[in-house]
Amino acid sequence: MIVDIRNLRREFRMGEEMVRALNDISFTITAGEFVTIMGSSGSGKTTLLNIMDCLDRPTSGEYFLDGVDVSQLSKNELAGYHNRKLGFIFQAYNLLARTSALENVELPLMYNKKFSPRQRRDKAMETLKNVRLADRMHHMPSQLSGGQQQRVAIARALVNDPVMVLADEATGNLDSRTSYEIMMLIQELNEMHGKTIVFVTHEPDIALFSKRTITLRDGKIIKDANNNHVRNAKEVLANLASLTEIQNP
Amino acid sequence: MKIVNLLRIALRAIRRNKMRSFLTMLGIIIGVGAVIAMIAIGQGSKQSIQSQITAMGSNMITIRPNSNIQGGARMDAGNVQTLSEPDVTALRNNAASISALSPLVSARGQAINGPDNWTSSLQGVSSDYLSIRSWPLKEGVVFTDQDVKAATKVCLVGQTVASNLFPNGDDPVGKTIRFKNIPFRIIGLLDKKGENAFGQDQDDIILTPFTTVQKRISATIYYQAIFASAINDQSTSNAVDEIQQILRTSHRLQKGMDDDFTVRTQAELISTFTSTSQILTVLLAVIAGISLVVGGIGIMNIMYVSVTERTKEIGLRMSVGARGVDILMQFLIEAIVISITGGLIGVVLGIAATRGVSLFLHWPTLITQSSVVLSFMVCFITGVFFGYYPALKASRLDPIEALHYE
Repeated sequence: MIVDIRNLRREFRMGEEMVRALNDISFTITAGEFVTIMGSSGSGKTTLLNIMDCLDRPTSGEYFLDGVDVSQLSKNELAGYHNRKLGFIFQAYNLLARTSALENVELPLMYNKKFSPRQRRDKAMETLKNVRLADRMHHMPSQLSGGQQQRVAIARALVNDPVMVLADEATGNLDSRTSYEIMMLIQELNEMHGKTIVFVTHEPDIALFSKRTITLRDGKIIKDANNNHVRNAKEVLANLASLTEIQNP
Repeated sequence: MKIVNLLRIALRAIRRNKMRSFLTMLGIIIGVGAVIAMIAIGQGSKQSIQSQITAMGSNMITIRPNSNIQGGARMDAGNVQTLSEPDVTALRNNAASISALSPLVSARGQAINGPDNWTSSLQGVSSDYLSIRSWPLKEGVVFTDQDVKAATKVCLVGQTVASNLFPNGDDPVGKTIRFKNIPFRIIGLLDKKGENAFGQDQDDIILTPFTTVQKRISATIYYQAIFASAINDQSTSNAVDEIQQILRTSHRLQKGMDDDFTVRTQAELISTFTSTSQILTVLLAVIAGISLVVGGIGIMNIMYVSVTERTKEIGLRMSVGARGVDILMQFLIEAIVISITGGLIGVVLGIAATRGVSLFLHWPTLITQSSVVLSFMVCFITGVFFGYYPALKASRLDPIEALHYE
């Protein structure tokens, strides 16, 4: 069991009003699962993701990550958890500007004392190869396309060998073709490398690539269903390619 | 997080904003450069005054009569007659820290050589006087103790006197001049001494045995002053104590009575003069120090801007596992690197400016190691002090808010 969330609540104070972003949420995720979390804006999915990424702490309830109750950890211990156990992919990539792809990927390892500069470089290079960006290692983010930037961000999320990768609308800024490329990469990570993946999206189209979808509304889980017809991003891409050929012979 | 990594991050951030980092450094560069140059100028003038005073005589001690009370009236200090033969004898016999002694009896008057005349000061001294004043002879010989005993009419003349009495450049040694109608045979010519610290011409002088002045001109048994020389630098203050003891005994002063003489050393004179230039140095250093503080505020200002500008970066670093302390150290080290780099450039610039001042303005300068070390330390502290608060602000950001900062 990678994630075990029990009776999770998160409240915010907005001036006089108390806003219940998450209201009594419970679910589990086992190792190797690919789960999407769906919901319209304001449904609490980002709040849930922030808690799952240990950036935020619940008001009440328990969150066991890899067997540890992280809701009880101190800020510094949480920082260690981001660093060693979790990888995060953002909608807006969030790469450091004017910093090469390689250095961006090295970033999480900079905060890990176990890595020497040599090991850090090697590990980052290897990870970039895995996302098929070996030839763009020394490019700056401004010299990369959106899809390439997102792949750098994925490499950054993977470089510390996390137990779980979290993605927040990771395809939100990309066109559908590039989105499928990213989804293909994510499916690969899940199937071939056995990574546990939690993918937040509001596009039903994207959710079809995962094996399970949790739907949130108003801070509650309204649906938690397995997907029996998982789409294969590779096939979708291949179809797209043949379609383009028909249109432009 | 390792310090090496932090240093690398800081250097990268500075390199990314070269112009801004340089302008921030400029405050520190000017501050440190100014501190070093100002202190060098202050120290230089202090040292040059010191060496001028030392040139007046080696370990010289001056004893002068002091005002005392006679019949209820305070006497004019200069004209009091308290120093005489027995004092010199007592000092010569009892003062262990004194190596040479010379009384001084002076008279002013006109010296005549044929058609040329010159008004000068005739100073009666002992044969030790020249060694006390560290004043070498250019030609001729010094009068002997025998001359002193016999009150011989011989004299040594200074350069100014020689050039005025012998305008055509004749060798004065062996000639005879008249001073207040008494013929004096010149047996030696003094080396050029130049002006003293007060701007008086020290070469406008005629030296003769003090007995000659006492017996043949002034008709007095008193001295206007006694010059003494301590054995070495360290024994000067001992010598002063001894002189006071001996003179009090020889003048039969009771306990509680004031001294009727004053003893002065070169050290006192040096401290009087150097305290003036010390004030100058402090003043200059304070002004320069203020510019260093202004430079520090510049660093703080830029670091604040930098923290705000890089809020998103901070959020990202936190989300990949940076602890608050890592962020704090990152910005603190960046501030310190800026201030220390600025400091190093400032040191080089300060030394160059100092060289320039002594080269083009011919001012005496002295770069002390302590001023370099001090300004460098101040620089480091400035970096820490003014960098800490912005860094603390950065480390306390909430990662979620920071990530969504636009």
